[in-house]
Amino acid sequence: MAERIEIMHEKNMQKETSRQLVLATVVKVFVYIFLVIMGIIVLFPFYWMLNSSLKTLSEYRLSVPTFFPRAVMFSNYAEAFQAASLGRLFINTMIVGLISTVLSLVITILSAFAFARLEFKGKNILFAGLLATMMIPGELFTITNYTTVTNFGWINTYTVLIVPFLVSVFYIYLLRQNFLQIPDELYLAAKVDGTSDFKYLCKIMIPLSLPTLISITILKMMGAWNSYIWPRLVANDANHRMVTNGLRNAFRDTTGDVNYPVQMAAVALVSAPLFLVFIFLRKYIMRGVSRSGIKG
Amino acid sequence: MSNSMVESRHPWKAWIYLSPALVLLLVFTVWPIINTVRMAFLENYSGLKAVGGTTFKFGIGNFSKVLQYKKFIQCMKNTVLICFITVPVSTMLALLISVALNSIKKLQKFLQTVFFLPYVTNSIAIGMVFAAMFNIVGSFYGTENELIVTAGIVNNVIEFFGGKAVNWINYGSTYAANITVMVIYIVWNALPFKILILLGGLQSVNKQYYDAAKVDGTSRRRIFTRITVPLLSPMIVYVVITGFIGGFKEYTSIVGIFGESMGPADDAGRLNTMVGFIYDSLASNNQGRASAAALILFGLILIVTLAQLYVSKKRVHY
Repeated sequence: MAERIEIMHEKNMQKETSRQLVLATVVKVFVYIFLVIMGIIVLFPFYWMLNSSLKTLSEYRLSVPTFFPRAVMFSNYAEAFQAASLGRLFINTMIVGLISTVLSLVITILSAFAFARLEFKGKNILFAGLLATMMIPGELFTITNYTTVTNFGWINTYTVLIVPFLVSVFYIYLLRQNFLQIPDELYLAAKVDGTSDFKYLCKIMIPLSLPTLISITILKMMGAWNSYIWPRLVANDANHRMVTNGLRNAFRDTTGDVNYPVQMAAVALVSAPLFLVFIFLRKYIMRGVSRSGIKG
Repeated sequence: MSNSMVESRHPWKAWIYLSPALVLLLVFTVWPIINTVRMAFLENYSGLKAVGGTTFKFGIGNFSKVLQYKKFIQCMKNTVLICFITVPVSTMLALLISVALNSIKKLQKFLQTVFFLPYVTNSIAIGMVFAAMFNIVGSFYGTENELIVTAGIVNNVIEFFGGKAVNWINYGSTYAANITVMVIYIVWNALPFKILILLGGLQSVNKQYYDAAKVDGTSRRRIFTRITVPLLSPMIVYVVITGFIGGFKEYTSIVGIFGESMGPADDAGRLNTMVGFIYDSLASNNQGRASAAALILFGLILIVTLAQLYVSKKRVHY
């Protein structure tokens, strides 16, 4: 009798678990459907950009859109490159991006080292003060900085695009946190050996913090690539214009009867370096971004 | 600390390491803070006139003028409206996507990559793609001679499902339609960062809570509202605060879609934001007005941040 009850109970349990299994599977299917639909929505603009950039203008203007270009027009890309003089814009942006990244890294490393390793009066107050400036919107600085760089005679130079943004409190903070994780014993051992601070910084701390430095480099380069407001304000001449500003300048019309295939080809060319960075260096971007909350 | 003993013999050394950063910060951060506050309280301050020798009265005239200025009220309305729609929508969506991503194993890494992709884009460039998707090619909208060549892919999809094409961003489009386009674009742009943070939070939540809930036979909905959301609340507060700060500074995404006219062809400036207002004032040499507007923007950001921190202190579990 008892045995029978046990068997029945087991059967009930099996029924229960199989019901749960069905339910779990149904839920799982819905989860996948939801994620795939959202994923398609997220990717759609990129697909549409590529699709449009390869069409002829007359195909783009068909009342029923085609989802794959009938005749693949790579010539749109050549035309876009010419129309927006993208070559010059790319060079300008690379010059500004590279120089400002290198200088910014040097300044950030030196300051982060001072805050993490050296002792001096007022260290904590100074550091707190720096962090407090992160709360202030950049526009507040821009108003005065515009006057300052005008007085310096920096308008329409590379300098004006590089110097005002060399110090980032956030990067100093990020690197300081990283430096603090390096054990004191290493530093003391180096001191006993008579290693100078500077040598210790170059030989031990920088190599150990490489991932953070790579994150900073990528974010800084992306910042140069995407900056728009400041360059438009202070260096909007053909010799110094940067890529985002140049793109907007070359294609002023967003609505109406625009030559979209060429415009989309230009957009794709401007986006391409960012995608390459994304594919190869995603890990470092995500690491930096998750601690920042800022774009670029 | 023992190393302080080593260092205290050369306290000036730290200042040498700090000097490049401090010099630049003094010129481009500290001085602007002082000067911007100064200009905000000098009535009708203008850089050009100041060079010409004009002196300005001290007072709060810039603030009262800016707040009475119709254009500024419109900018503030646009900014606040965009903020209060996009932040809740993108946070909810990001939360749903993160929870969904966290519950699967297959394809998780792949889908995670897909959802992060919009982060590494140029807001102006991709704004132009969104404009193309919503744009109607043709002329004379809303008149008898209306001629539509192609309605744009978004309208094509709406028509496919039996709806009527909408004039989203073209000549004669409505404010509601414009804002809808902006909301869609800004939410699309905001999702990757929020998903990154929330998913990171979910993955660090202790599995034991879920196992305990399973043993108790707790329903999925209850698990979500009683375990997931409370444990995730610090991350949710973080993405909401950064979302509001970003939202208050919205500008380039509108330039991406509408161009520098900041509105449809028949109503330039309709979608201008507070940041846009500051730059317009700067361009017309009204530094006093620009400074006052910048301080108002800072004040708003501060209030929202403090309010959210206050709420989170009471509500955040941890």
